[in-house]
Amino acid sequence: MIYTFAILLMGIGMYGLISQKNLFKQLISLTIVDTAVNIFIIAVGYVEEGKAPIYFKGAVDSSVRFVDPLPQALVLTAIVIGLGILALGAVLLIKINEKHGNLDVEKMRGVEE
Amino acid sequence: MRRFFSALLAVLFVYIIFQFIQVLPDYGKVDLSKRVSERFVLKNVSEENGKVVFGKSRNLEDGSANIVTSVVVNYRSFDTLGEVTVLFVSALGVGLYLGGFKKLSCKIRVNNILHIGGGIVFPLIMLFGAYIFTHGHLTPGGGFPGGTVIAVSVLLLYISDEKFTVSREKSKLLEGTMGSLYVIVGILGLMIGGFFLFNFMPTGTVGKFFSSGVIPIVYSIIGLKVGSELSGIVTDLFMEEGWK
Repeated sequence: MIYTFAILLMGIGMYGLISQKNLFKQLISLTIVDTAVNIFIIAVGYVEEGKAPIYFKGAVDSSVRFVDPLPQALVLTAIVIGLGILALGAVLLIKINEKHGNLDVEKMRGVEE
Repeated sequence: MRRFFSALLAVLFVYIIFQFIQVLPDYGKVDLSKRVSERFVLKNVSEENGKVVFGKSRNLEDGSANIVTSVVVNYRSFDTLGEVTVLFVSALGVGLYLGGFKKLSCKIRVNNILHIGGGIVFPLIMLFGAYIFTHGHLTPGGGFPGGTVIAVSVLLLYISDEKFTVSREKSKLLEGTMGSLYVIVGILGLMIGGFFLFNFMPTGTVGKFFSSGVIPIVYSIIGLKVGSELSGIVTDLFMEEGWK
């Protein structure tokens, strides 16, 4: 179920990335794909009735079921890199808007066909 | 027509991915004992340990109570070094494109309540961020969320105080020092233990504040670095064009 949701979200992002002409909408679509991939990776590591992978008082490894910690660690990396890409992309869009007056690829000034 | 073809392509993409995920186990039916993660959970990647008991187990190969933290900062620390580098490069790119020195003037006057309240709340948010990144080995959180909370407190000051700016030299100095310290910790591990970023300090008891060796140190370094980097990005977004 969660797999289906995440993959449909990926499909929505891909559709936006291909069909939109506005660069800002394309950046948002890229972020949607990013989020969908994160949801998918987290879902791969889920164990039914599993606890968050932190040892707490009274926890012995055989009595507690933890969810898989490795996908969570990988997604922690992916979120930070997604943030960096989003910031850099937004700044590039600011610069493109200053230079060409528009973010639509067909209405930009000073761009040869 | 273009929309039709892009919808077709997106549907094709979704279909192909659905074919790929058939090999995965069903949602929630994962068997951890068949995955490498079980060794991270039981802390016996390189040596057998027996059971891990909170508050009692001593001198394991990794003494962190939070297993995600032990994966991020101990077992896969080299990966995190690369991640911090990616964040550094993106902050550098933002600074290169938006390198202004004059603060954007806000047209609306800042309300007095926001001005004074922001000044009161700012140190508390900063303290909360420091708490998050120093307790990354015990509770959820760590260097990246803690650094983000610190950057948020800086953003609050930007909104509530018209004259406030972060000195770019000082934030870059802090960032560079912390990045170098991370590499120095790695090289110390190489000299003492024989591996880059080796956990060379005693790991202590699981669940105590002074435990798990270099993990709190490295996570504090990451927290300060991420905090200064994101504050730098916020500063760049608030600055107008015009070189000094």
